[in-house]
Amino acid sequence: MIIGLGHYLSVAAILFTLGIFGIFLNRKNVIIILMSIELILLAVNINLVAFSSFLGDIVGQVYALIVLTVAAAESAIGLAILVAYFRNRGSIAVEDINLMKG
Amino acid sequence: MTAVQLPAFVPLLPEIVLGLGAMALLMVGAFRGNLTVQVVDFSAIALLVIAGAILLALPAGRLTSFGGSFVVDDFARFLKILALIGSAAAIAMSLDYTKRERQQHFEYSVLIVLSTLGMLMLISAADLIALYLGLELMSLPLYVVAASHRTELRSTEAGLKYFVLGALSSGMLLYGASLIYGFTGTVSFTGIAQAASHGGVGLIFGLVFLFAGFCFKVSAVPFHMWTPDVYQGAPTPVTAFFAAAVKVSGIAMFVRGAVMAFPGITSEWQQIVVFVSVASMLLGSFAAIGQRNFKRLMAYSSIAHMGFALVGLAAGTSQGVQGVLVYMAIYITMTLGVFAVILSMRRSGGMVESIDQLAGLARTHPMRAFVLAMLLFSMAGVPPLAGFFGKFYVFLAAIQAGFYILAVIGVLASAVGAYYYLAIVKIMYFDEAAEGFYAMPIGVRVVLGICGLFNLLFFVYPGPLVEAASAAARSLF
Repeated sequence: MIIGLGHYLSVAAILFTLGIFGIFLNRKNVIIILMSIELILLAVNINLVAFSSFLGDIVGQVYALIVLTVAAAESAIGLAILVAYFRNRGSIAVEDINLMKG
Repeated sequence: MTAVQLPAFVPLLPEIVLGLGAMALLMVGAFRGNLTVQVVDFSAIALLVIAGAILLALPAGRLTSFGGSFVVDDFARFLKILALIGSAAAIAMSLDYTKRERQQHFEYSVLIVLSTLGMLMLISAADLIALYLGLELMSLPLYVVAASHRTELRSTEAGLKYFVLGALSSGMLLYGASLIYGFTGTVSFTGIAQAASHGGVGLIFGLVFLFAGFCFKVSAVPFHMWTPDVYQGAPTPVTAFFAAAVKVSGIAMFVRGAVMAFPGITSEWQQIVVFVSVASMLLGSFAAIGQRNFKRLMAYSSIAHMGFALVGLAAGTSQGVQGVLVYMAIYITMTLGVFAVILSMRRSGGMVESIDQLAGLARTHPMRAFVLAMLLFSMAGVPPLAGFFGKFYVFLAAIQAGFYILAVIGVLASAVGAYYYLAIVKIMYFDEAAEGFYAMPIGVRVVLGICGLFNLLFFVYPGPLVEAASAAARSLF
């Protein structure tokens, strides 16, 4: 079997869906949400690199590198906010994030 | 030795000034500590003013740089000025607030300046990579400032919520961007416009994800869930910043993305924008009725206003974009004015946020009550105040583009919205007077005065703003 563009896109789509579901179905821990976000960005990177290789165009790989860099900065900020939240609340369970209704 | 060709830096001068200035202020703050908060705050405002002046002094016409991924046209100029005004007002209104809440950190102004830098890049972005970088540079400082009262649970919770949903929305936007790149083979908006004219399922798929990301950032229904919580939890000057400058940049990204990159498949994205706009107008108007917290009410109000602004985009014409621009200009003055009043709701026990606390404001502070009433009438769209003209231009464009039902729903939604704005006016003028508030701090007074005057007197001389918006809209088509 030859692995073509469709296979890469399917893997990326599955990862993306897992990431979205991980955010909305998880009731336990905010860390899992951060991991789900990474999963979504990973799916994007697979997409970009697969397209880049398929199209023979380097821009997609540049895009993937930029996404990687920004994702690192994003999770650093996310963890910092999480630490500040934990100090106030004493818990990082998703159910406990309910001070304001909505 | 091969000659290295540098990109033209002149179009980026305002951004370069903001970037270097933010780093310099960070150094000042880091070495001199929190003693210099006032210096850093005022320098940050000066920096934003200088950036605005440089922007206006740039050569006229369409300037591009970095291989066409950075564009300064009249559209960008118009919205950048709005974003700079919103940011400067957010810093000006925070001066007294942070002092009284004992939250004076020099980082606050530096983060606002960095976020503004991201907005300017976002407004000028003409390819998907630049768009993503601008968006993240805008958003990352926002997550931090939302959580900037780090000892207060509400603020950190707002920051956490905003972070999670913001990161999710960037993920969706990126996924859409990756599909668009894959199915058109390019990331530049003009290239996408050429390749996208014949459509295709993959491209439409990408378009939907991209628009979902856009909708998150402008808090349009069905991606609005974060707005009320974040608006309520974040410190009030930060909420004012979210409601004004951030919304302007979000709309800029939405309009430029839709109009520049997908002119060939307008009818496809118009359906999405029409749906989002109708849903936002209706939800924003109806859900605000039961709210007692003023900041939360403003969150729903801003959702509704985004719906009204998107009516103009739904029209898909140059006139519609002109309507969006006029609407956003008027919207930020209304919002900043109302937030100035919320920031002045302070009495001996501290800040209060419930609209019931405004009872009898007309007797305790007649001037403040009058200006707030005018701003609320303006938000409801009562002529001859400015808000009426904003709505007039977007609905006019929708009708001329044949979207009669959209315009009718919009007018009905604004009538529903008038109910809760007028309910606040009723509380201020006819209810038993409550204890008075402290005197207004100077920064807040200036912002409220300017916004109030603008909204009251706009009808006398609307020409310049409408003309500028029209020129800005034409530069996009």
